[in-house]
Amino acid sequence: MEMYRSHVLVCGGTGCTSSGSVPVQEALNKEIKKHNLDKEIKVVQTGCLGLCELGPIIIVYPEGSMYCQVTPEDIPELVEEHLVKGRILERLLYKEKATDEKACSITEIDFYKKQKRIALRNCGIINPEVIEEYIARDGYQALGKVLTEMTPEEVIEMVKKSGLRGRGGAGFPTGLKWEFTRKAKGDQKYVVCNADEGDPGAFMDRSALEGDPHSVLEAMAIAGYAVGANQGYIYIRAEYPIAVKRLEIAIEQAKKMGLLGKNIFGSGFNFDIELRLGAGAFVCGEETALIASIEGKRGEPRPKPPFPANEGLWGKPTLINNVETLANIPPIILNGPEWFASIGTENSKGTKVFALAGKVNNTGLVEIPMGTTLRELVYEIGGGIPEGKKFKAAQTGGPSGGCIPAEHLDVPIDFESLKKVGSIMGSGGMIIMDEDTCMVDIAKFFLEFTQDESCGKCPPCRIGTKRMLEILERITLGKGEKEDIKKLETLAKNIQNSALCALGQTAPNPVLSTLRYFRDEYEAHINDKKCPAGVCQALLSFRIKEEVCKGCGLCARECPVDAIKGEKRSPYQIDQEKCIKCGNCLEKCPFDAIVRE
Amino acid sequence: MIKSLEELKRIRDEVKKATKVREGMKGTRIVVGMGTCGISAGAREVMSAVLDELRKRDIDDVVVTQTGCIGFCKYEPLMDVIKPGEEKVTYVNLTPEKARRVVVEHIVNGRVVKEYIVPNL
Repeated sequence: MEMYRSHVLVCGGTGCTSSGSVPVQEALNKEIKKHNLDKEIKVVQTGCLGLCELGPIIIVYPEGSMYCQVTPEDIPELVEEHLVKGRILERLLYKEKATDEKACSITEIDFYKKQKRIALRNCGIINPEVIEEYIARDGYQALGKVLTEMTPEEVIEMVKKSGLRGRGGAGFPTGLKWEFTRKAKGDQKYVVCNADEGDPGAFMDRSALEGDPHSVLEAMAIAGYAVGANQGYIYIRAEYPIAVKRLEIAIEQAKKMGLLGKNIFGSGFNFDIELRLGAGAFVCGEETALIASIEGKRGEPRPKPPFPANEGLWGKPTLINNVETLANIPPIILNGPEWFASIGTENSKGTKVFALAGKVNNTGLVEIPMGTTLRELVYEIGGGIPEGKKFKAAQTGGPSGGCIPAEHLDVPIDFESLKKVGSIMGSGGMIIMDEDTCMVDIAKFFLEFTQDESCGKCPPCRIGTKRMLEILERITLGKGEKEDIKKLETLAKNIQNSALCALGQTAPNPVLSTLRYFRDEYEAHINDKKCPAGVCQALLSFRIKEEVCKGCGLCARECPVDAIKGEKRSPYQIDQEKCIKCGNCLEKCPFDAIVRE
Repeated sequence: MIKSLEELKRIRDEVKKATKVREGMKGTRIVVGMGTCGISAGAREVMSAVLDELRKRDIDDVVVTQTGCIGFCKYEPLMDVIKPGEEKVTYVNLTPEKARRVVVEHIVNGRVVKEYIVPNL
């Protein structure tokens, strides 16, 4: 590989691609050529750097200068200043939100200081489409070590000792799963990577696959050796086109180099990987539904046991691991299980990747050691809540999880602690909500999602969630009845106990956890017909304060339905019958004379 | 085709050299003055010579960057060599040939090329 004095890394994750990183990279290539710098400076497309909100992001090494929201128009100045003259272009540098200070190097940025990147170790550092760059970061060393120096039993023992637990949601010990599959009787076994990420707002697995596809391929081959499988499948949704493309490139490169295929490292071990594209049904993230979908059947779950470790794909013993779980495997093999077990808490080892979304300054992708508190995540890494608003709750575990209110901000993020406060770790979706969020509305949103995604096989999920949703809709429309809370709780318990798969069993969680912490909001909706956060439109009314109104008439002109009438220089009035509660008048009033109640 | 762990390690070490620049500012740094004054006096060619010499000698632990005008325009092209724990050495009135000699003597052999350093004014 050629040596260059400087590498310019352009983020090519989905976030930055949609904010326009491709034209930025094209402009960069053109400008560098124009200055005859193409022998000195290398432009590299890389994976997600985590600060998706500020994309497109460019990092210039060796200085490590991080430039944010770069446009093609910025490129001539950036090249001229930084690459030709060696002066850092301050205008585009990352700025700390709390202090307004510019950070000259990525190593100084608060967002990264509290993070520890294991699963994402190569994301944003290597070019995911060049296998050599993965190899330079010790890629495929773990596979080599396993195949030439270890027995399958030793590999399983190592994974067990590391304390790694499944990152897909349930947190089952990974080593045990491997052992069950190894011990299962069968002439043919399979390894499946579950990349069917579906929680609203979650994109951990997508980013890991886009930024470092080889780490998952390597881990699957290691798992194949450990459990005795020679074929792997990656089940990924077709709506992740960049991840699919990079996986295809990665598989082809690994085969060409002999790191996948027949007789890997001359050990006699064969392993192949194929992709299977899903159509994006949420239920296909459930392992038995996923298996059915790979087999070409309708994606519906079936009762367990038998577990996939004994009867999985085409009835054969099958190991199913999530993307992030697998990405942790190569470093565990290379650095040893003790190293991994030294990170995190007693029962939750290692790190966890979260997709930080919602009302938080630094929305994006973060990887933190287990045991980091929610407060650290929201305020130190996430940079706090925008516009100085108050933190209200965080939803973890997506539609299967629950909310964590402000009183539990100091809860350490690990499997047990989150369960104790009524939520779950889940796969890593983390939605932050501020004071303007209505918790009944949030519960309704998640239930709408699960209700929509319910496969319909079992009645508790198909009919039960529908009834729950109807009650929630009624409450938000101001038609709630006194017994509704009780009905919700009874239905929730029944569904939890009787639904066929995890999708149904966990669907009531958002309702139960909002009821646990924000019962007063439900009561306000039902008894007082008020939405305290001012979100549920049917329960809102707008009023002009007569003593403040100057009679300028601006509100009347802005009202789209002519609901505001009055005489100039005297107080105006809103016709409540006509008002559609759009809030236009409130926004436009220069004297703050309009209130939302 | 990679058939052994040794072969994999060989590829790793080779590529590692080329991607080392992404580890940031560690080790020895060479800073070339690239203000208008430097460029017009030939700093571009000096920079190219330095990079070429480092490549030829397979030196991967030296970071080459540039800086703007430091006010010493008369002595351009100039270049700093900063080794960790040592005093910064500034070379002046460089040519590509002189720059190559600095790489060989100062970077490789650890001897400051006295005749090229900045005169004490």
